[in-house]
Amino acid sequence: MKSGPGLHLKTFSLILIMVLFGPLGDVLLSKGMKDLGKIPNWSLPELAHMFVVVFSSPMIWLGISCLLGFFIAYTLVLSWADYSFVQPSSSFAYGIVALLGHFLLGEKISPLRWAGILVICCGVLIVGHTQPRTTEHR
Amino acid sequence: MLVEVVLIFFIVVAGTGGELCLTRAMKTIGEVHDFRPRALLHVFTRALRVGWMWIAILLMATGFFSLLGMLSLENVSFVVPVTALSYAAGAYGGSLFLGERVTRQRWLGVLLVCIGVTMVWKGRG
Repeated sequence: MKSGPGLHLKTFSLILIMVLFGPLGDVLLSKGMKDLGKIPNWSLPELAHMFVVVFSSPMIWLGISCLLGFFIAYTLVLSWADYSFVQPSSSFAYGIVALLGHFLLGEKISPLRWAGILVICCGVLIVGHTQPRTTEHR
Repeated sequence: MLVEVVLIFFIVVAGTGGELCLTRAMKTIGEVHDFRPRALLHVFTRALRVGWMWIAILLMATGFFSLLGMLSLENVSFVVPVTALSYAAGAYGGSLFLGERVTRQRWLGVLLVCIGVTMVWKGRG
């Protein structure tokens, strides 16, 4: 990938969109599902009913739109940036989803869960720093 | 508890299975060099003619609906970090299904993810 200030700005802007829109989408889906309440039973007719209810919720559609925004940014940035450069940024999403859950939804997060999230971020970061292609190129 | 474990299983296994099938479908098509909209549309229509792509869509949809079910039961700050288990499933599935060589460093990362998920699980409510 050729470097340059313009390219750097474009790359980091899209990574920022990814890191914000992915977790925001998950949080909105969570809010939407919590608003609908727990699924009373997991029978097929109940699940079919829930399917209709879920897709009538504006919050769910907002969440799906954010995840779509994430997906478009991810696909676009991969068209010029290295996968091994982009992928580790996804590790931050686990921390951001916890922060958003805490501040927007008022979720209580124990210190052990915070520590676990930090360990997951480190693990994902290490996975992201390995060779992105290990098979023969066809 | 059983419902939650089953849902996490579907999120991780169906989600990762879907991504592996997507990878196999895209490998069948070959590397994309032309990123102009018309060329991308052509790639998209070709992808839809590959059987693996439809299996991928089915599995990823299963993973998505399981995620919605799980989010109705648990906090998002619990559910999303636990889905990081897909890195373990991906590493295992990639080596088994796609013949990828998983390095020691990648296994170390996967091990850390698993330890982190265990801590998140233990740190529930």
